[in-house]
Amino acid sequence: MIELENVSKIYRMGKVEVPALRGVNLTIEPGEMLAIMGASGSGKSTLMHIIGFLDKLTSGRYCFQGTDVSRLNDNRLAVMRNKEIGFVFQEYNLLSRASAVANVELPLVYGNGRNRHKRALEALERVGLAGRAHHKPAELSGGEQQRVAIARALVNNPTLVLADEPTGNLDSANTAEIISIFRQLNQDSITVVLVTHETDIAAQARRIIRLLDGQIISDERVG
Amino acid sequence: MKLIVFLGIAIKSILANKLRSVLTMLGMIIGVSAVIILMSVGGGLQNMISATFEELGSNLLFVQPSNPEAPGFAKISPVFATASLTMGDTEAIKRLRPVSAAVPENANFVKIIAGNEDSLAMLHGSLSEFQQVYGFAMESGQFISEVNIGRRDMVVVLGSKVAEDLFGNDDAIGKQVKIRDKRFTVIGVMAPRGLSSFGFSWDELTVTPITTYQTRLFTLKTPGGEDAVRQISVQIASGWTLAEATKEIETTLRKRHRIDADEEDDFSVISPEQLLGTFETITLALTIFLGLIGSISLLVGSIGIMNIMLVSVTERTREIGLRKAIGAKRRDILMQFLLEAAMLSLSGGAIGLSFAGVAVWGISQIDLGSFRLDAEVSPFIVLVAVMVSVFIGLTSGIYPAMRAARLNPIDALHYG
Repeated sequence: MIELENVSKIYRMGKVEVPALRGVNLTIEPGEMLAIMGASGSGKSTLMHIIGFLDKLTSGRYCFQGTDVSRLNDNRLAVMRNKEIGFVFQEYNLLSRASAVANVELPLVYGNGRNRHKRALEALERVGLAGRAHHKPAELSGGEQQRVAIARALVNNPTLVLADEPTGNLDSANTAEIISIFRQLNQDSITVVLVTHETDIAAQARRIIRLLDGQIISDERVG
Repeated sequence: MKLIVFLGIAIKSILANKLRSVLTMLGMIIGVSAVIILMSVGGGLQNMISATFEELGSNLLFVQPSNPEAPGFAKISPVFATASLTMGDTEAIKRLRPVSAAVPENANFVKIIAGNEDSLAMLHGSLSEFQQVYGFAMESGQFISEVNIGRRDMVVVLGSKVAEDLFGNDDAIGKQVKIRDKRFTVIGVMAPRGLSSFGFSWDELTVTPITTYQTRLFTLKTPGGEDAVRQISVQIASGWTLAEATKEIETTLRKRHRIDADEEDDFSVISPEQLLGTFETITLALTIFLGLIGSISLLVGSIGIMNIMLVSVTERTREIGLRKAIGAKRRDILMQFLLEAAMLSLSGGAIGLSFAGVAVWGISQIDLGSFRLDAEVSPFIVLVAVMVSVFIGLTSGIYPAMRAARLNPIDALHYG
């Protein structure tokens, strides 16, 4: 599903060039549950942004379901993000003024989806939050907010869910809850990529990639 | 469909920061209401002047002494112009074919006294045709006659307000009044006519024979020693144009005043329409000037909107990043912020419009002594105000919205 060939990413900070990824080769098959690990600055977030069409690569090739993504323009990339990918962020990134269900509806607004409200409620039900649909984020616990964010990632039936430190702000009980939701999604045949620096979170995945200084140093299958 | 959702987002975000939104709108509120009030008052002024000239009729010409050496309007100012017109000129003009009537008009403000009562009147010395030229109806008694004029009779025809001031509901005919310590007999009272839009009341106008006026009240001589006439009001016969009449009057007077071909006139023929044109140019310039002053506040208002939209974009950088991550295109973000700016501006404009409507209504109700300013907010002004508000919103929103649309989603997501 995802094929990265010799992918490099170099950031320019004024006159200085900072390489974030150096010749990464990675193939992800449909239905995988993968953890990307590495210290901060290792390039794991950059890798996730590239996989999620949020960032463009400097050199190399990225094929998503057979399409060469590096040739697509910004508008096409926006459509791809909308249709194919669900993002989950460490800080949840919910709109504070909007209710849970309105937050979940948002991708459908940009995708011109039909039955937005109904589909958003179904997505909330999938993460066990149907009863809190009309609460504002401030009225929800951290774990609940992250479940709303997961529902938002799911609402457009993506093929891939990308989660950037999804449990970084949560206690252990909520962390377990969130991880079990991701495992459930994966059983429902959604490809899941988790970016984390916590070993016990990564251990829940079936494959662990380790990055150091922009290069993959290990790729192991677990469980 | 998307547009409705975006409109909802815009309204929500405006309502989320109520105080800030109102403060931002304040510039627009003040700007729009200032422009509308100033333009409406200017328009009212213009209406008033037009109405004044319409009242005089379009078949009247005025002949006044003029100083050929004086510049512009100073030519016909009594300060500079030598009294050059006489009763003989009046008679000569009256005999011209394009002229149906010509009356002399010498006028002054006087205090008329009867017993313990007095009244301020605009006293005109004229002929019997004065009544027909200005279309006065009689309430009682008679207008001044040829006989009165020939004998220089000490008689007056009172305006209805003057008669009421002096005699209340009593019949004024035959009563004695004093003007400049001279006794006059009231021979007629004119029917009430109301306010002239020039600011004086027709009902204060009082008429006495021109001969009496010239010899017993206000003496004014031409350099040749004849009794002078301040103004000759000429009524054009039907079938003739103002230009034709003007030409004949000029030819006749030049001959009578022995003005050589290379000399300029010592009189001017003025048509109300010509004056109206001048006044309209002046009031139009005034209206535009007032509008420009108001536009400065609009400009300030628009800068305020741009400023607050820039703040809003910075504040919501993460939100923009998130929206982009879940599939918002550049134009979606652009649209969202443009709509928000337009809504802000339009709401401010609408509030300003209502405020101006009330203020203009209030101004039109003020009694300015003898007249009211007929100011109103026309549908055209409303339309322009709405369009200008939207336009300002869009122009001041475009830069912040473009900044928002151009944000890199990754930088935006991890901002702050």
